[in-house]
Amino acid sequence: MSEPPVIELDGVYTSFRGHPVHRDLALRVDEGQIVGLLGGSGSGKTTLLREILGLHRPDAGMVRLFGVDLNEPDVQLQRNLRRRLGMLFQHGALFSALSVFDNIAFPLRELRCLDGDWIRRLVHLKLAMVGLGEGHGKLMPAELSGGMVKRVALARALALEPELLLLDEPTAGLDPDRSQNFVELIGDLQRELGLTVIMVTHDLNTLAGLATHVAVLADHHIIAYGTRAEIMTIDHPFVTGFFGADRRKLL
Amino acid sequence: MSDIPRLRVESGRVVLSGAWTLAEMLPMLESLQSALGGLPAAGQHWDLTALTRLDSAAAVLLWRTWHGAWPASLEIGEMHRQVIVRVAELPQEMPAQPVARVHLPEFVGRLLLKAAANLRGMIALFGQLLLDGNYLLSHPRDIPWREFTANVYKAGLLALPVTALVGFLIGVTISYLSALQLKSFGAELFIVNILGISIIRELGPVLVAVLVAGRSGSAMTAQIGVMRVTEEIDALSTMGVSRSIRVVLPKILGLTVAMPLLVLWTSAVALLGGMLAALLQLDLSLVYFLENLPRAVPVANLLIGLGKGFVFGFVIALVACHFGLHVKPNTESLSANTTSAVVTAITTVILADAVFAIFTRQIGVPQL
Ligand SMILES: Nc1ncnc2c1ncn2[C@@H]1O[C@H](COP(=O)(O)OP(=O)(O)OP(=O)(O)O)[C@@H](O)[C@H]1O
Ligand SMILES: [Mg+2]
Repeated sequence: MSEPPVIELDGVYTSFRGHPVHRDLALRVDEGQIVGLLGGSGSGKTTLLREILGLHRPDAGMVRLFGVDLNEPDVQLQRNLRRRLGMLFQHGALFSALSVFDNIAFPLRELRCLDGDWIRRLVHLKLAMVGLGEGHGKLMPAELSGGMVKRVALARALALEPELLLLDEPTAGLDPDRSQNFVELIGDLQRELGLTVIMVTHDLNTLAGLATHVAVLADHHIIAYGTRAEIMTIDHPFVTGFFGADRRKLL
Repeated sequence: MSDIPRLRVESGRVVLSGAWTLAEMLPMLESLQSALGGLPAAGQHWDLTALTRLDSAAAVLLWRTWHGAWPASLEIGEMHRQVIVRVAELPQEMPAQPVARVHLPEFVGRLLLKAAANLRGMIALFGQLLLDGNYLLSHPRDIPWREFTANVYKAGLLALPVTALVGFLIGVTISYLSALQLKSFGAELFIVNILGISIIRELGPVLVAVLVAGRSGSAMTAQIGVMRVTEEIDALSTMGVSRSIRVVLPKILGLTVAMPLLVLWTSAVALLGGMLAALLQLDLSLVYFLENLPRAVPVANLLIGLGKGFVFGFVIALVACHFGLHVKPNTESLSANTTSAVVTAITTVILADAVFAIFTRQIGVPQL
């Protein structure tokens, strides 16, 4: 047994005000996988990501990242763990008081190891990766369009070169061209760096172009997890409803 | 996984191996940087084939080591070359953003202009209120009663405990201090005049104004400001709901109505505190105090106090709403405007108080 799985959830229970969201949820993601997380609106996908990040503590159950339990009390260990992951929030969550440039530079400056020139180059590199120019760096988050917010947020999530990338609806609000660019970018990064990616998405093209594995969240837990081909064969109302006539497209 | 980034130099060959990623490099960043920096400028053969991973942070580091040009002889896997190509495509020079220098006259001038703009904004808001009032007179069904009463409740009723507590303590303090002085003159009975005039005419209204500016004024600015940040204000106007009638007017009217009542309440509690302290310190009975209060303090003082409350409430709410409406959609501006709202409201209240003092100097002073 060599590497622990990147993400391991087991027996996770979550409820909000008595309403269950997750019930006995289990998921295991290995290094290098790109997992598409599917589920109906309000099925608890964002909540699941928040639990993986340690932003929300489940009522019961275990969450392990890189083999480290999130309930481990060692602060330094937890902090180093957080540096290994990047998150793209559903609504961007950019720092509204900082410019685009400073938003992306912020996590890099927090390391207190890189000099100014290095940070500037990295920020411009990330901006270029998501298809934004140098001029966009001076804008404030309130001056961005919805899709640009997504792209800046992605650039910020990539700033620390994370090993695990969590993406909450990364292509919602992007035009098809940009979505395609995004798929290629993440695909390239994955090949170059061996990233592990979990992404919530409702977009079949993104899913078909990127995901190596698919996890389906329905009925409060992961009803199916496997490669795209395996998921196709599942006979569950959500899966058949989601893919509908497009079943073949995913293959 | 945890393969450490390594650098080996052997007779004109530089061999990099391991995972050159930000996370792996961090613990040994200094030694790596100095090792790379110590290499002779050119004529090296670079062997990067043994790299397991190369991320863009490391690519930037290498590119800087190469002084922004591809080395003459380089062996590298195709995938890793792509990473460096991305860095190579960036412009070579990355000038730092110039930090804006601030000059004193410019700073003062900007401050004055801002103050003038704020004054203008408040006058405009006042004008808008008059127009709204005019509109509501002819369309009484649109009067936002619910929001108005909610504001009276929030700014008035919920403020009763804190204003009472502060008023009581101030009353006790002033009474004690004055009693000490009066005793040495043998003029204990004048405690009624001192407490009555100072609390009813001056301290009550100003005390309440300061408390309310901090309590309700900041809340109003923050609420309207957040509504702007989250575009709720825009959502309101798309539904054809006037933001000034539904959001601003009830707040201003609510506080204007609630303030005189709060002033009355606080002055009463402060007098009670003063009376109790006088009872303990000077043996002045409560009955004597109450019987002499109307004689020592002409009723005009009460009216002045209430009038002040009325004006202060209006000013605080107007200032708070003005700053709330000018919040820019970011957290920094929200906090700056909330601060400005409270500071400006308190300053304006004190100014207005001075104006009151000048214009009412003949009124309500007991003739002995
Ligand atoms: N902080 C919270 N307090 C109370 N209930 C919450 C909270 N966060 C989420 N919920 C509830 O949990 C459920 C799952 O929410 P979640 O945001 O995870 O859905 P989602 O799968 O991400 O949906 P979508 O695809 O629409 O983004 C919803 O029913 C929501 O009402
Ligand atoms: Mg969600």
